[in-house]
Amino acid sequence: MKKDKVLRVLFSVSVFAVLLLLWEFCVGYLGLLKHSLPAPSSVAAYLWNSTLDLTLPGAILVTMKRLIVGYFIGIFAGIPLGMFCARFNIFNDTLGVLALGLQALPSVCWVPLAIIWFGQSESAMLFVVVMGTIWSMILATIHGVKTIPPIYLRAASTMGSKGLHTWIHVILPASFPSVLSGMKQGWAFAWRSLMAAEIYVTILTGFGLGQLLHYGRELLDMNQVIGVMFTVILIGLLVDKALFSPLEARLRKKWGIEGD
Amino acid sequence: MSLNKELENVTAKLWIKNVSKSFNSAQGHVQALSDINLRVDEGEFVCLVGPSGCGKSTLLNLIAGLDRPDSGEILVDNDVVKGPGRDRMVMFQEHALFPWLNVIDNVMFGLKLKPNLNDHERREVAKFYLHLVGLDNFAKSAIHELSGGMRQRVALARSLAPNPRILLMDETFGALDALTREQLYGEIQQIWQKRKKTIVFVTHNIREAVCLGDRVILFTPHPGHIAQIFDIGLPRLRDINDPALTSYAQQITSALKHHIGEVAE
Repeated sequence: MKKDKVLRVLFSVSVFAVLLLLWEFCVGYLGLLKHSLPAPSSVAAYLWNSTLDLTLPGAILVTMKRLIVGYFIGIFAGIPLGMFCARFNIFNDTLGVLALGLQALPSVCWVPLAIIWFGQSESAMLFVVVMGTIWSMILATIHGVKTIPPIYLRAASTMGSKGLHTWIHVILPASFPSVLSGMKQGWAFAWRSLMAAEIYVTILTGFGLGQLLHYGRELLDMNQVIGVMFTVILIGLLVDKALFSPLEARLRKKWGIEGD
Repeated sequence: MSLNKELENVTAKLWIKNVSKSFNSAQGHVQALSDINLRVDEGEFVCLVGPSGCGKSTLLNLIAGLDRPDSGEILVDNDVVKGPGRDRMVMFQEHALFPWLNVIDNVMFGLKLKPNLNDHERREVAKFYLHLVGLDNFAKSAIHELSGGMRQRVALARSLAPNPRILLMDETFGALDALTREQLYGEIQQIWQKRKKTIVFVTHNIREAVCLGDRVILFTPHPGHIAQIFDIGLPRLRDINDPALTSYAQQITSALKHHIGEVAE
C-alpha cells in the first residue's frame, strides 16, 4: 500500500519532469515558439530573482492577507446566517433565496460594483472576496442542517438537549461535512474572484499577485506572466493539499465515510 | 452529589390512562391509538408486540414525550408526561450515536446536561456504564469502528448513563444479525436485573418479546389498541432458543391471527 503510493508519486513527478525537459529542449535549445513562450529555465530565473528582490513574496503576502481576511469574514458570517435560514422560514424565504441567486453570479461580476462603491481600495478587494465566499457558505450550511438525520435530534432531545445547546452540540457538528464542502467551494470562488479583481484594479496600498500578472502583460514580460501563473497554481494546490485534504481525511476517518 | 448516589438504582411505575392518538397521513385520517390503558410496575419489563401500524411505536413516542396524545395522559409515578425527560431514555432501532463524538463522549452527552455533577464524576459514571456493557477498552474508539452489536451496546450505555427510571426500547435489536441479537438478549436481561429499570420494549418479533418480557402486550391495528395481555411465567435468564418459549409464542401468534381475522370480517 505504502510502496504503491511512493511509486505513484514517483511516476507523477517523472511525467512532469519529462514534459518540462521537452519544453526546455523545444524552446530553449531548438528555439521553437520562443517569442510566445519562454523556456522553463528563464521562468525559473524570474522566480528566483523576484524571490530574492522580494517582489514575489511581497505580492503573495498582500494577496493572501486580502484573501484570508475576506474568506474568514465570509465563513464566520455565512455559517450563522445559513443556520438562521435553516431554522427560520422568514430568513430562508428572503436571505436563502438571495443566496441561491447571488451564488449563481460569477464572483468576478462583483468587481465593477465594488469599484464604484469603494473606489480603488482595500475595501473593494475585501468586498469581492467576501461576496465570493459567503453565498456558498450560507447554502452549504442550509443544506447541511436540512439533511441531518432526524434521529440525532430525537436522541438529543430525549437526553435533555434543547434550544441553543442542540444547535451548538448537535446541529453544528452534524452539518460539518456539508459546511466543509461549502468552505472548499467558497475558497475556490474567493481565490478566483480576488485574482480577477487584482488584475482589473490597481490599488496603491498593496501590490498583489494579480497586479504582478497584469504588469507582466503590460511590459510584455512572458517570464513574469508564466511565473506568476505558476505561483497562483502552486498556492491553490498547496491550500488544497495542506488544508482541505487533511480536514476531509480527518472527517472521513472519524465519521467512517467511505472514500479513498 | 456523590457518585454513589448518582449510580443508585432508580425505577418508576408507568400509568397510561385512556390514551388516544391520531394522525393525518397521505391515506387520510389514521387512528393510531384508541383508548389505551396500561399500568407497568416498577422494575417491570414489558414488551409491546404487534404488526406494523398497530401503534406500538406511537405509544413509545408518547411515553418518551416526543409526541403528545390527543386525549388521555401518561403518568410516570405521579407526574404527567409533558415532554422529553431524563427520567425516560429511548433506544432507537438505529443506534443514533453521534459520529462526531467518540464512544465515551457519546455516553457523556446526556450526562453533560445533568447539573450537580462535575466533569470527573461524569467521566466516572460513563466508565461505569461502559464497563456494564463490556466496552471498557473502546472508550476512545470512533463509532464507525464498532460492529453493529457494539454500537447498540454503546447506545444502551448512553441511555442508562443519565440514570433514567424508565428505559424505552424501539425495535432496538431489529437491525442486527441473529447471532449478535441472541447475545444481546442475554446481556439486556442481566443489565435489567442489575439496574432494576422499568423497561418498555417495542418489537414485531413475538419470540423476542416472550424471551424478554415479564408481560407481552399484544397490539392490533385499525385502530391501534391492546388486544390481549400475556403473563410470561418463565424463569430468568431466558434463552431465545429455549423450547419453553415456543408454546407462549404459539399462543400469542394464534391470538394475533384470531384478532386480525376479527377485524377483517
